[in-house]
Amino acid sequence: MGMTITEKILAKASGRRRVEPGENIWLNVDVLMTHDVCGPPTIEIWKREFGDKAKIWDKKKVVIFPDHYIFTKNPQANRNVNILREFASEYDLPNYYDVGTERYKGVCHIALAEEGYNLPGTVLFGTDSHTCTSGAFGMFSTGVGNTDAAFILGTGKIWEKVPESMKFIFEGQMPDYLTAKDLILQVLGDITTEGGTYRALEFDGEAIFSLEMDERMTLTNMAIEAGAMNGIIKADELTEKYVRERTDAPYEIFESDPDANYREIFRYDVSKIEPLVAKPHSPDNRDTVRNVQGTKLTKCYIGSCTGGKLRDFINAAKIIFGHQVKVPTFIVPASTYVAKQLEVETINGITLKEIFEKAGCVIAQSSCAACLGGPSDTVGRATDGEVIISTTNRNFPGRMGSKKSEVYLASPYTVAASAITGVITDPREFL
Amino acid sequence: MEKIIRGKAFVLGDNIDTDQIIPAEHLVYSLSDPEESKKYGRFALSGVPLKDSGLPDGGIPFIEGENYQSKYNIIIAGSNFGCGSSREHAPFALQVAGVKVIVAESYARIFFRNCVDGGFAIPYETPIKLNDKIKTNDELEIDLTNNKLKNISTGSEYNLKPLGDILPIIEAGNIFEYARQNNMI
Repeated sequence: MGMTITEKILAKASGRRRVEPGENIWLNVDVLMTHDVCGPPTIEIWKREFGDKAKIWDKKKVVIFPDHYIFTKNPQANRNVNILREFASEYDLPNYYDVGTERYKGVCHIALAEEGYNLPGTVLFGTDSHTCTSGAFGMFSTGVGNTDAAFILGTGKIWEKVPESMKFIFEGQMPDYLTAKDLILQVLGDITTEGGTYRALEFDGEAIFSLEMDERMTLTNMAIEAGAMNGIIKADELTEKYVRERTDAPYEIFESDPDANYREIFRYDVSKIEPLVAKPHSPDNRDTVRNVQGTKLTKCYIGSCTGGKLRDFINAAKIIFGHQVKVPTFIVPASTYVAKQLEVETINGITLKEIFEKAGCVIAQSSCAACLGGPSDTVGRATDGEVIISTTNRNFPGRMGSKKSEVYLASPYTVAASAITGVITDPREFL
Repeated sequence: MEKIIRGKAFVLGDNIDTDQIIPAEHLVYSLSDPEESKKYGRFALSGVPLKDSGLPDGGIPFIEGENYQSKYNIIIAGSNFGCGSSREHAPFALQVAGVKVIVAESYARIFFRNCVDGGFAIPYETPIKLNDKIKTNDELEIDLTNNKLKNISTGSEYNLKPLGDILPIIEAGNIFEYARQNNMI
């Protein structure tokens, strides 16, 4: 019996020739990532548990991105960033990306990619559920809590149960109105928010490998919305090019054996998928945009690790170009790199930034912002009675702020089309 | 480890995500400061819409007024409990509020790991749905040796799934104690 890509990477990281789904194994971790919400408690647990002997297992392998609650007056949130800053300074950590400096990056999952930490064949743990995003680079990545992260910080090791794999094969050529967001909403509607629990979601097929890295990351990013341990796409030439432009670090490319075992295999013809939404209040509450067309909105939101990458803004700008938005529309670049590119990328000679500004959008600074609500002064936060369409990842009650708000999740195309009409709108009307 | 846990049931539905267990705006408080960390208890389960809070009838807040501890110390839930973000503040908030055991049909992976590795609460799974059989305020008794749940209010008894591989970590208290006992750290 062959092995899946996930099993092969976990076998390597556990020093074994092969592993079987269901086995509990100890892994050697390549990178530990944390941020301002979960970093401070992780550091506290590490100090408490290791005491005077507390040592960081490998400073080069610890990466810290403040990104969640950055542009807020909330004193406790600011205190958390200070804790990270002092920790990085006390232990002389090379990979800390401080707020208010040139090094500030923004949302951790996107910054990991941009800064060359995502390497095929490696194992990355992070104190954030969307750590699965990095799986787009043919690596194993998953989220853990503070205790597990503190254990890794001191030992470089953690136990994990080898997941069963599910495979999603997308055949055909992507229609011009479709994005990776629509593909993952299709999957979530099919398997539900617990259909992937403790499993690996492997994405494959011609349509997947036609996608840019930004789009592949949208797919693996939302694997957690199915409860999955990880999402994964094998590395190809495009992956290698992206990685090599950013780092000289070694990596190893793995792929699933033809006779690898899958719990289930799903096949899709992308030409038959149309623009989709997840209706309130769950990412698996899928419907077509057509069926909810005309729903009156109070706000549109384009941002987050899921929908705030450069490709997401290029897509949104294609539709918004030359129009005015009818409802408040927030543009929140995931990273400072993306924010800079908004001033560089052009459509018909006009930068994305100008396109959004002329349309009346609000452009905010890079951070997680209202994707997860956040402190009361967070830009774009949902208030009582709002109906929002967003390129983010979750629409559970209260996720974006008020639990008396309703959130629809959709692609940047759909959110942009809806912004210029003020009601949920099929992007095919503008493409 | 206590072998028998008694307490009042607080019943919830399916897919209770971590934003409902502890809304993100509260993630700023210290988890180690004894006074400040009580706020996690104060706001535990405050993100659950009131109609879904304390089933079958709903309308029951988990925490009364300004308290940080709940009179309920056993959570009975449906499937996929703790889905969503990785925040360990979620099981921590339940622990501060006084929750000892959670009984659900299934859990999201990160929440489950956090409960066990951090030693916050015991996450039992049930072979059958129990959140339509047990009512909020029922008096329950959980027998950890025999993996049984007895509803003292109704006399019904149910089997729980054995804790299996993770029992040694739960018995040790948390993953660090477990690792020390096994000379791993």
